[in-house]
Amino acid sequence: MNGISVVPPGLLLILGALLLPVAGVRLRGLLVLGLPLLVLALVWQIPDGSSLQLRFIGYELSPISGDRLSRLFGTVFAITAFAGGLFALNRARVVELVAAMICAGSAIGITFAGDLVTLLVFWESLALASTLLVWSAMTEQSRAAGMRYLIIHLLGGALLLTGIIGHVAAVDSIAFTSMSLDSPAHWLMLAGFLMNAAAPPLSAWLPDAYPEASPSGMVLLSAFTTKAAVYVLLRGFPGAEILIFLGLYMIFYGIVYALLENDMRRILAYSIVNQVGFMLCGIGIGTEMSLNGAAAHAFAHIIYKALLLMSAGSVLYMTGKRKCTDLGGLFQSMPLTTICGIIGALSISSFPLTSGFISKSMISQAAADQHLAIVWFLLMAGSAGVFLHAGIKFPWFVFFQKDAGLTPTDPPLNMRLAMILFAFLCIALGIWPAPLYAILPYPVDYVPYTYTHVVSMLQLLLFSGLAFFIMLPYLKRTLTITLDWDWFYRWPVPRALQQVTKTLDRWHTHRRIDFLRHAGHFFGTLFLYHGPRGILARTWATGSMVLWVVILLGIYLVAYYI
Amino acid sequence: MNQHWLYRPASIRLLWIVFLIILALTMLAGFFMDVHAAFGLEDSFAFAAWYGFASCIGMVVIAKLVGRLLHRKDSYYERD
Repeated sequence: MNGISVVPPGLLLILGALLLPVAGVRLRGLLVLGLPLLVLALVWQIPDGSSLQLRFIGYELSPISGDRLSRLFGTVFAITAFAGGLFALNRARVVELVAAMICAGSAIGITFAGDLVTLLVFWESLALASTLLVWSAMTEQSRAAGMRYLIIHLLGGALLLTGIIGHVAAVDSIAFTSMSLDSPAHWLMLAGFLMNAAAPPLSAWLPDAYPEASPSGMVLLSAFTTKAAVYVLLRGFPGAEILIFLGLYMIFYGIVYALLENDMRRILAYSIVNQVGFMLCGIGIGTEMSLNGAAAHAFAHIIYKALLLMSAGSVLYMTGKRKCTDLGGLFQSMPLTTICGIIGALSISSFPLTSGFISKSMISQAAADQHLAIVWFLLMAGSAGVFLHAGIKFPWFVFFQKDAGLTPTDPPLNMRLAMILFAFLCIALGIWPAPLYAILPYPVDYVPYTYTHVVSMLQLLLFSGLAFFIMLPYLKRTLTITLDWDWFYRWPVPRALQQVTKTLDRWHTHRRIDFLRHAGHFFGTLFLYHGPRGILARTWATGSMVLWVVILLGIYLVAYYI
Repeated sequence: MNQHWLYRPASIRLLWIVFLIILALTMLAGFFMDVHAAFGLEDSFAFAAWYGFASCIGMVVIAKLVGRLLHRKDSYYERD
């Protein structure tokens, strides 16, 4: 097709990001806001099918390959890059902006990758850029958390690479199509994808690393890595039943851990895992309705989660505090942040007239249509739990609760504008879902606003709210964290390694004395002959040199005739 | 100190009353629902209301149990 006229949108964003360090402040602002919009326009220029083919070590690469699903994800990634950039603009370090734009570019690159090699390249650059984004907070905690994050994601990348090699060896094609779990290679690829989706048992990297990023860093982080994983799962493994079980685990894991958490941004991090759980369920159910639901929910989720994190980020930026025990009563001095936080919280809870209502319900409807009774009941309980841990808990403890005596104002203008934009989108999608439904991968045959659906959702959510306030004494925040699977690689393993080093060290001290004696002898001998006064290093007179040469030649002459 | 309206005991009581009225209204609205029971349980009276309430209580209880087992001081990983 028209190979020249289509620009790779992901690559454009990545190359643009590399200009940021040399650009002046004005140009930088222009690039951060303008490039995502340009990319958004480009996303919609990409036709169906592969529009660029390259030969590479005997394989056919198709780095720009579009369809409805890839344009959907490309759109929301570009929108989030824009709003996240706007939110970050006034305070973010250049390195953070560069990392964020490479993240966005890589995620968009993944969504248009028609082959597994392109996919892997963008997958790894996403891992590296998001690590850089964690590190760009430049604190000791972010350094350590970023390192743990990187290790997990490199491991995920290695699993994916191994799987891809096995897959390509078996089918001799690098095309990225939907696969079934019929070979170890495909299981490895699934594991690599799931690692980025924060699936169990390794979900802890997400609440470990994201909250250590800067206020704007976490907004941007929340959008790309897990949702790029949702995208590749939608494309690669639709209908893989195991995803239902993993998704259900993630839903309740997110709720329980968020209920126990004290750090406001870790609450929201756990709720990312929870929401991705709903999407995995949708992918696992595998009908057109559920895949549409998962895709729509990813779209809506990226926006309301970014909004929630913008509101939490504004609180952190203005107060420097992140623990619920230190916060409260902020609605008085930060009204706009409070309202935007509440809109985000209602959206994540699928309240009627918000974006969550029109997306998540497609997944549970699909479960009902497939007569998956237990899945449906658990999804309903999960929906109630979302309201509990994110819909009420987050705004209640941060903005209401007791008056913590803090009087920060709303954040600077750019941050406010970013929040207003996303709050508007949350409501707009909730009231008028048709534009979103029109770009979903499959034709939509679903009406969200029926009397029954609205009333039962209101019942479910409002009675969850009642449960929250009744149980409030049991939900009092304490200065605690909750151990997770990451305990294994953060506590016993490093300790065991330390023990090994210590033992080696002790052994070494013993041996060192022997070693030094031997070495001292060796070097002493060396010094005797080759040192400044050593016989072999001395400057010899020319005469003696000539004498020795004459003697050697004489011996040679005699030896020749014998 | 000039306490905000929302923190006064009288207003909290008023908010509770309003909230309970809204809850009652949603339950009433449930009478006019036309539920296609796919699984049998969800056409019981105000299913979403009691189910949401009960599952939330259940989740809080489970969370407390998990917390009892896995809670540590938030400086846990920073010691040493």
